[in-house]
Amino acid sequence: MLSAAFWFFATLMIAFGLGVVLLRNPVSCAMSLVMSFICLAALFVTLDACFIGIIQVLVYAGAVMVLFLFIIMLLDLRSEESRRLNVGATIGGVLVVSIFISLLIKVVSSSPVFSQTLPALIGPQQSDVKLVGMTLFRYFGLPFEVVGVLLLVATVGVIVLSRKSLR
Amino acid sequence: MLRFRFMDTALILNFLTTPWVFLIWTTIVKASVLLSIVLGLVSLTVYAERRVSALIQDRVGPNRVGIPMTLLGGKKDIFLWGLGQMIADPVKLLLKENFQPASVNGFYYWLAPKLVMIPPILVLAVLPFGSSILGVQMTIADVNIGVLYIFAISSLSVYGITLAGWASNSKFPFLGGIRSSSQMISYELSLGLSVVPVLMICGSINLNDIVDWQVKNGWLVAPYWPQGFSISSLLHPDQLLHAFVAGFSWQRIALWIPLLISFVIFLVSIFAETNRLPFDLPEAEQELVGGYHTEYGSMNFALFFLGEYAAMIAGSGAVVSLFLGGWSFPLIPDGSHGVLWGLVNIGVFFAKICALLLFFIWVRWTIPRFRYDQLMKLGWLGFFPIALANIFVTALILAYIKH
Repeated sequence: MLSAAFWFFATLMIAFGLGVVLLRNPVSCAMSLVMSFICLAALFVTLDACFIGIIQVLVYAGAVMVLFLFIIMLLDLRSEESRRLNVGATIGGVLVVSIFISLLIKVVSSSPVFSQTLPALIGPQQSDVKLVGMTLFRYFGLPFEVVGVLLLVATVGVIVLSRKSLR
Repeated sequence: MLRFRFMDTALILNFLTTPWVFLIWTTIVKASVLLSIVLGLVSLTVYAERRVSALIQDRVGPNRVGIPMTLLGGKKDIFLWGLGQMIADPVKLLLKENFQPASVNGFYYWLAPKLVMIPPILVLAVLPFGSSILGVQMTIADVNIGVLYIFAISSLSVYGITLAGWASNSKFPFLGGIRSSSQMISYELSLGLSVVPVLMICGSINLNDIVDWQVKNGWLVAPYWPQGFSISSLLHPDQLLHAFVAGFSWQRIALWIPLLISFVIFLVSIFAETNRLPFDLPEAEQELVGGYHTEYGSMNFALFFLGEYAAMIAGSGAVVSLFLGGWSFPLIPDGSHGVLWGLVNIGVFFAKICALLLFFIWVRWTIPRFRYDQLMKLGWLGFFPIALANIFVTALILAYIKH
């Protein structure tokens, strides 16, 4: 049952991932990326990692990609649609991807560790939200706060840079 | 022969009570019942909107459409207070020509209305719409990330409106789509932050846990003490007083203040998220013709229209479960006391939703539309800092006021 769900969503995800690369209309590419994120979230959910899955939808599909789409729609799409595939770039891309995949296959098949099913991190009755929260705030308190400050600095920096008096 | 048939039913019963089969068929039954109630409620809300707006503006409103007995050879029509409008409106929209302008982007023009209708219906999956009936919990999916699920799914509803604006390939819809996406992104922040105090107090982001907490400790916006409230205690005032004094805590009273602020911010942000009137700038008729659905007609338009009402119902469901005690009501026991009480609890939940829908409609016909800069100012300079400060105050109260 779960493995059927895995194959279903994994195939869909790769199909939409190909759509991001192959489709010529930028809005279609962005929507394919959204669908790909949603399929990835579904994969997380089949692994009982509901929290990570839903954060995937909330942050990437719900916020980041909306802003992407927002910007893409302001562009002139006619010129993008008529652009042909660049032969050199296509061959280069295919080459890099196939080298990466063969490397990945080599690494995964090299050791029996990868073929084992590891025991689940949490029991069926435990909440993964609680586990993530406990881990973050109990063991990684300082790094968590530092990342928060970093994001705040980035936000303030953007606001300062976009002020008119600085231009 | 009879014995054979008896064995057959035993086999079927056995099959139906196997855990996974039981899960599947109860889920299907719950989902179809909830969906039919909510879709019925959607068209009832459309009718209620017209009648209430008429009431507020001192008009009559649609009060004629009922059962057309004269068409069937009768003497007199049955008016039914105009309730036939619930069927007449969708039929009118369905029978209209589905005209597609020549310059639109066909696929996204077709897709956008569906993307508006789907998210509010998906949100229904995690709402606890009743306690339990015969031990079956009245939630379609009891997941431990309920609140986050609601935010994640409702954040997807912006795609429908934005794509509709873009795919229409026309100026007014495009402006509407852009307005809507920036408005929804802005108000999602205050929506998410205003719920954090609730999660801190209840200690869970599972909607069922939040409702259970409110059943034990009183609704979040109304701190009463339900343990002392029972029908028998009403007859003994001394018992009631005793329970009242025993359940009293300063912490709960102090938490009332941040919770009321949260409630107001959440409710107003729901108005902005569903594009309802004080904030319906994406479809501001006087400025943008019809906003993002200017180029739509027939059933495609109806999907936008009904999607807005479905989003209102899903949003009201979220408000009810988070702040107004879900299916609980003082003096009414939960479903473990019998099937009847389980059904009453479902009725209470939908009664609360209907009350909120009436509030939505009332506000729409009372308050004029905001200007766009006022809307953004309210979201970013008003609600956002207040919601942040509110979280801080809640944490202080939880840490320092113990009783």
